[in-house]
Amino acid sequence: MPSLGPDMEAGTLVEWLVKPGDRVKRGDVVAVVDTQKGAIEVEIYQPGQIEKILVDLDTKVPVGTPLAELREEGERLPAAAAAPKPPTTPAVAPTAPPAGPAPVRMQAPAVAAAPMTAAGGRASPAARRLAEAQGVDLSTIAGSGPGGAIIYADVEQRIGKTVAVAGKRPAPSLNLAAMRTAIAVAMARSKREIPHYYLEHQVDVTACEQWLTQKNATRPPDNRLLIGALAVKAVALAARRFPAFNGFYRDNKFEPAPAVHVGIAITIRGGGLAAPALHDADQLPLDELMGRMRDLVQRMRAGRIRSSELSDPTITTSSLGERGVEALYGIIYPPQVAIVGFGKVMARPWVVDGAIGPRSIVTTTLSGDHRVTDGHAGALFLAEIGKLLQEPDKL
Amino acid sequence: MSDIDIRKVVQEELNNIAPEIDLASVDPDADLREAIDIDSMDFLNFVTALHRRTGIDIPELDYPKLATLSGTVAYLDAKLKSGKA
Repeated sequence: MPSLGPDMEAGTLVEWLVKPGDRVKRGDVVAVVDTQKGAIEVEIYQPGQIEKILVDLDTKVPVGTPLAELREEGERLPAAAAAPKPPTTPAVAPTAPPAGPAPVRMQAPAVAAAPMTAAGGRASPAARRLAEAQGVDLSTIAGSGPGGAIIYADVEQRIGKTVAVAGKRPAPSLNLAAMRTAIAVAMARSKREIPHYYLEHQVDVTACEQWLTQKNATRPPDNRLLIGALAVKAVALAARRFPAFNGFYRDNKFEPAPAVHVGIAITIRGGGLAAPALHDADQLPLDELMGRMRDLVQRMRAGRIRSSELSDPTITTSSLGERGVEALYGIIYPPQVAIVGFGKVMARPWVVDGAIGPRSIVTTTLSGDHRVTDGHAGALFLAEIGKLLQEPDKL
Repeated sequence: MSDIDIRKVVQEELNNIAPEIDLASVDPDADLREAIDIDSMDFLNFVTALHRRTGIDIPELDYPKLATLSGTVAYLDAKLKSGKA
């Protein structure tokens, strides 16, 4: 049972998508577990063959419990458990193990909702849930996913009209009360253990706005960019240049992460919050980053997120968007060591080239972990984010 | 497209974003983002859905016209009519 955050103690196995004998590859979704953060699609991190299922359906087991036995490629004996992570390393084992291959490849392409090899019919768990909730027979749908697997979008397309007309969606599997408990546990731990320091920097984002206006003018809504995508990219690039803000504090020491997986704080209607990872955000061209961010937000809000997305963030960003107030001081999500906040864009009188004029200003903030960095390094890091936002075409 | 009920389309798409809101109780002239608490990502999804369902191009420059429920309906109605004329 993977740990999907410092707050998670147990999970309930609600669906197996593999059976003994099935071959799996890195990134395949093998099971669905129900947690405080909703139904999570559990991915596997080693290729091999499923040897034995160890946990039955609807069974609640503590974090760290092996879910299945996996025979690794080329091995004759069953290898270690298929549980994606050992119990002693909460929240982060799925991030690239030091000797592992390039982290870029750890994740199955995030384009499809859930590429998978399902036992007994090829459909993603999200698609199955939706179909079940809507009474749709999966065998009547042609899949557009990998290998013809039925993905969420296929089911959505089939029932799209009906759902819209009925004015309701499939009930999200999110339990907001449980989510609040999870937030409370994680944040209380953060305030207890992490000596935060806070920095603030006002950034002129007029160039970003102008660039976006120009880019978006000729694009259909589907392809438009939001300033939030620029912010995430800037944070990701800065995190790569300042590795002391990107990683995990565990066992009394800081471990920089080899990849930059930016956690995106996402509010959920009714009072929920989660910050799943946008994997390898520093490597993504803006259009792709935006597409993935939209997908991530939608899936998080619909309660269908993947295990690696919850456990992988190496740094978090939180943005107030167009409404709200000027500044946000985040609380670090352990075991991460930094969170960057973006306030609402404000029109402000600003001095540019010796003259005062109206500019669009965003207050950016950094909450840093004093066990790892100081205000001096934090200031350089936060200033770098501001600098990167001056040249949006280079993001 | 001629018999498209714009008001219904708008309400359905808002409902998709904010299922718990009773749109009948929302002041048609209130700022939509405030009234039903939608963020920029929600709004982009809303515009995308309206574009998909009506075929109307909704440039960013026109976003201010979609600030309220009544404004959105009026804007789309006008666009549809001018498209047919």
